Amino acid sequence: MSNETPRGNNFDHWLDSYAARANTLSVSEVRALFAVVSRPEVVSLAGGMPYVSALPKELMEASFDSMMSERGNFALQYGGGQGDLRLRDQIREVMALEGIHASVEDIVITTGSQQGLDLLGGLFLDAGDVVLAESPSYVGALGIFRHYEAHVEHLVTDDQGLDPDDLERSIKELRAEGRRIKFLYLVPNFGNPSGVTLSEERRHRIVEICRREHILILEDNPYGLLYFGEKPPVAMRSYEEDCVIYLGSFSKILAPGLRVGYVLAPPAIRDKLVLANESALLSPSTFTQMLISEYLAKSDWQGQIDTFRGIYRERRDAALEAMAEYLPHLETTRPDGGFYLWVTLPEGIDSKAMLPLAVTELVAYTPGTAFYANGGGRSNLRISFCYPTPDNINLGIKRLANVINRQTELLETFGTN
Amino acid sequence: MIPGSEKAHQLRVQILAGGISHERDISLKSGRRVADALTDAGAFVVIREPDEHLFAHIAEDKPDVIWPVLHGASGEDGSLRDILTLAAIPFVGATAASARLAWDKAIAKVLVSRAGIQTPPSVTLPKETFRELDAEQVLDQVSKHMTFPVVVKPARSGSAQGVTIVEDATHLSRAMIDAYVYCDVAIIEKFISGTELAISVINEGAGSIALPAVEIEPRHGRFGYDERVVAGEINYYVPARLDHSIVAKSEKLAIKAHEELGLRHLSRIDVIVDEAGVTWFLEANVAPGMTETSLMPQAIQATGASLGQVYLSLAEAARLGRG
Repeated sequence: MSNETPRGNNFDHWLDSYAARANTLSVSEVRALFAVVSRPEVVSLAGGMPYVSALPKELMEASFDSMMSERGNFALQYGGGQGDLRLRDQIREVMALEGIHASVEDIVITTGSQQGLDLLGGLFLDAGDVVLAESPSYVGALGIFRHYEAHVEHLVTDDQGLDPDDLERSIKELRAEGRRIKFLYLVPNFGNPSGVTLSEERRHRIVEICRREHILILEDNPYGLLYFGEKPPVAMRSYEEDCVIYLGSFSKILAPGLRVGYVLAPPAIRDKLVLANESALLSPSTFTQMLISEYLAKSDWQGQIDTFRGIYRERRDAALEAMAEYLPHLETTRPDGGFYLWVTLPEGIDSKAMLPLAVTELVAYTPGTAFYANGGGRSNLRISFCYPTPDNINLGIKRLANVINRQTELLETFGTN
Repeated sequence: MIPGSEKAHQLRVQILAGGISHERDISLKSGRRVADALTDAGAFVVIREPDEHLFAHIAEDKPDVIWPVLHGASGEDGSLRDILTLAAIPFVGATAASARLAWDKAIAKVLVSRAGIQTPPSVTLPKETFRELDAEQVLDQVSKHMTFPVVVKPARSGSAQGVTIVEDATHLSRAMIDAYVYCDVAIIEKFISGTELAISVINEGAGSIALPAVEIEPRHGRFGYDERVVAGEINYYVPARLDHSIVAKSEKLAIKAHEELGLRHLSRIDVIVDEAGVTWFLEANVAPGMTETSLMPQAIQATGASLGQVYLSLAEAARLGRG
């Protein structure tokens, strides 16, 4: 008879086999709470889902029909690792709207710009490397940096964007500690989650600092064309080609379900990106690339972006009006484009801990902690105004006010605020 | 369909899963697992949301029996079960009245302790108590009369959401706030150190039986929400590694609690066995999790039976009004 200690069942017989970096993947109660968002009774101010209903379906149908009749066999076939040449040429036109003039040779198509970020993480980040980022910063990028076991250092950020003085100071301090800095990651236009835009003066200073300090800037710009008034300053990549890697996307100006983004990188980095892309995917989806290419060739895509701008501007206004009506005492950013408001809660309220109560009240938001790698953001939350109708935005913020007031009352009861 | 053919006897089951609750995600996963197992066993299964189309879906699906795999409020608090009773549709699990009592952990503790089952000493405090009285003084009283560590938990919630083990009085108020986010009533309970057992009780129409107790050993000492839903975080032992007589006594206790609470076809009774071998009732689960890492499916499989056959017999028992 065996005297072995019973091993039990942990439902994962391969637990000892995972790479160490698998530990960077985690679930959370917050993620589970978001399951209720799919119920129609719940007003979701949480996800940054583009309002694709505003995209006339006949436009995509026409693009599909013409793609299949003219290039169908190519669309259904493998493609190259760098992406479709015609689409890359058209992307030059899209980027020209942000002041960028580039060669088709330097563009790499990716499966959403998220995959571009992942490829860059894989190419550049070793465990322990430092990535500098805004406070707060995009949750999807933080997840990638964490996956590659990099350390994210959040820098001071205000209503003009990332503070160049803090950038200089942090570089100096980190290097004095012997740390290796690989990237400065920025969403310079209508940032996710802050809604803040980096000022032109700061862009130039940041580029100058990074060039001098030999630090790559990842300029992630999904929202730049979704401005509500004046256009934001031109992209940093338009005046700095060597130390800026530019990431663009069709997710916000067309549709995220197509999963097409792109990276514009210096030639040597581009070569490695193409190899990495081929290694990861063989090729990005030829089908969706060619569909987008047809759409760009045969429809008024700039007019469609203008339609999106009008819709999102109306929703931004609805969100700010509702904030002024129901939560006038709270500080919030006032974005001139994009999808998000960043709200600062009353002292003592923890946005993550409050979320279950919000779900009970049929409203969802994203807790600020999602946008920090260091546990920060507890007293903040992100409101996405892109998807709900203006009436639902008003209803959602009204419910949110009720939740915040109840939580404030509870904290007052316990004297913890 | 030809009368008398095998198909004519196929049991039609409508599974209700999802709902608006903090445990929606688990409910959806559980619902799909139950549906898969029942389908494998030969039933015709439809999964539906408990929403405004409920009655239309019942009319369309014509179920012989409904299985509410719903966690949290409306699924476990009895309200939906009341509606199903009014509509005269057989359903699996506790009646509305029993679910309402068992779902409230504070009430369940009172009911089982009246039946002679030990449950850790506790105090139940609605949020209003703190609002009406001075919160600091209330917490002082609690701290004076309870030995730390204590467990603070919402009276009505599941999957360990809002649960905190509090080591000393200074962290009590924060734990209360976290519990009140889920429910307006919180329980402060003496923390019992020992071995956690989950004992599933089923009744297929011939009386309540306890399935083999599942021993829970968290890898990092905590059996919270994340650990429950992520494979690899917990070691489960079936049979439990405790002395056979203690396990048998615990299983007997679970049957007694199940019957006292009137939970009919199925429940999961969570207990803890302290270092002296005493079994303490912690809570009853009216609609236990049925996901691939959940405790009740493990217990069923430990008997050698297939999930599908057991689920099918529970559904049949419900259809025939047995159990």
